Amino acid sequence: MNDISQFPYGVSILEITYIVASVLFVLGLRMLSHPLTARRGNILAAFGMGFAILATILFHEKDGERIGNIPWIIGAIVIGTIIGWVIAKKVKMTAMPQLVSFFNGMGGAAAALISMMEFPHVSPDLIARSGMSNGHVLAILLGLMIGTVSWAGSMIAYGKLDGWIGDLRVKAMKYVNLAILAVMTGFIAFIMTRDVKASSELTPYIYIMFGVAVLYGVLFVMPIGGADMPVVISLLNSFTGVAAAMGGFLYNNQAMLTGGILVGSAGTILTVLMCRAMNRSLLNVIVGVFGGGGQAVVGGAGTVREITLSDAAVLLSYSKKVVIVPGYGLAVAQAQHICHELDKLLDEKGVEVKYAIHPVAGRMPGHMNVLLAEADVPYEQLIESDEINPDLPNTDVLVVIGANDVVNPAAEDDPSSPIYGMPIVKARDAKNIIVMKRGMGKGYAAIENMLFFNEKTRMLFGDAKTTLQNLVNEIKNL
Amino acid sequence: MESILDFILQHREAIFIVILSIFLGIEVISHVPAILHTPLMSGANAIHGVVIIGAIIVMGHADTTGSMILGFLAVVLGTLNVVGGFVVTDRMLEMFKKKK
Repeated sequence: MNDISQFPYGVSILEITYIVASVLFVLGLRMLSHPLTARRGNILAAFGMGFAILATILFHEKDGERIGNIPWIIGAIVIGTIIGWVIAKKVKMTAMPQLVSFFNGMGGAAAALISMMEFPHVSPDLIARSGMSNGHVLAILLGLMIGTVSWAGSMIAYGKLDGWIGDLRVKAMKYVNLAILAVMTGFIAFIMTRDVKASSELTPYIYIMFGVAVLYGVLFVMPIGGADMPVVISLLNSFTGVAAAMGGFLYNNQAMLTGGILVGSAGTILTVLMCRAMNRSLLNVIVGVFGGGGQAVVGGAGTVREITLSDAAVLLSYSKKVVIVPGYGLAVAQAQHICHELDKLLDEKGVEVKYAIHPVAGRMPGHMNVLLAEADVPYEQLIESDEINPDLPNTDVLVVIGANDVVNPAAEDDPSSPIYGMPIVKARDAKNIIVMKRGMGKGYAAIENMLFFNEKTRMLFGDAKTTLQNLVNEIKNL
Repeated sequence: MESILDFILQHREAIFIVILSIFLGIEVISHVPAILHTPLMSGANAIHGVVIIGAIIVMGHADTTGSMILGFLAVVLGTLNVVGGFVVTDRMLEMFKKKK
């Protein structure tokens, strides 16, 4: 009776809060998909999360027992908040993709930990009734497997995007990966068919499974590189969503279920949209080994012609139409502001300047939009590549700044190229092409780019920011 | 077979929610302009941080030192996912807002 007099409607309030949180998640995602409401949508979803967390701490009951260890929980939340806030605020905009990957990995790890801790506590009644092959155990095992793969994979993706982990490309990799996947599935079947009294007897197997899942996560992401990286992050993002939803099954928790599945399905669709932008199938991304396999360009690809700064300045100033194709190089050099200065300067001289935005330029879809928006480049100047391509033959100068694969004509000419079929910015249609580049290195997909050897192409070597700065000064002095 | 049917019966509400949520997720996302792909991915990333609720529940019922430590870790990581995710998304979107 004591509980009732304490506060009788706790559980009701908890469930109502979960409904509210779920609605806020859906509304938030919906608003996130429109430029004008996006920011409010994000904040709305954050409020939903806050309510759900608070209500869980205050009102959650398991078998009539309230949440304990509250000081520790609050302590953990405070620590996580401080670290997360500082990292999220401090990191440079260019490092955004790896940061998303990092946070995604944290969620995956949390899901895996939950599964690991819940496994030994599967109710003995349930096991006595239906053995180990019940939905509860399946949810735990899937949560562990998916969460761990997502964590390990995200950490590798983080390291690769951050540049301290290289690609590992071995042809046999896909067979190894398929084998590991089979082993993991076998493991689930093995555990679920054991005849035991208590699940804790099987705990050692859980750790082995964790190890195998880590291995899979690592090997799954290791061979993937190039333009496929964003696809992998998006895919891992939806993995974590599914892992969170497994927790929802486990605790019969609607907020976790809707939130997790929502992200799982939305993430999958986003992944498919990205694959479509690159004309690749998802399966191809997962088991295929991308890049590196492309035909080496038969010797003597031609000569590379350079252009001096002053020639470039003159060429640009006396053009009617200029199109800028930004890529990752622009992001790395933090050159978005100076780039905008260049376009304003040209605009004052009566030159029409547009940006050709390839959907996967940079390291994530929309990466370039974020960066250029940061530099206050107006929306109207950002044109998607499909839309601008028909206009390129009338373009006097096309300036490629730190982009490579997205302007590579091999995507149209060379059926043996790994990027064959990917939609590109048809740079070579323009009357003149200036390519700003640090050196003759290959793009992220490690494929030779014939555009650089084109007769109409002139190279301007150097760091994008410095080169642009010099170019701006040169134009001012004309 | 019997256990499968039993499973479906036991979890029919959850299965309903899952199926409807899948369609909802697809519907909500499919009209997104490419420029918002990155913020959207980041926002979705923050939302699956809802896994923190599971972490809180585990932690709240932890009784051994080992499970306390793991639970603590799970809550910290879950919070990182939530807070980091939302803050980063907000930072990205903040830039879109400024343009006039």
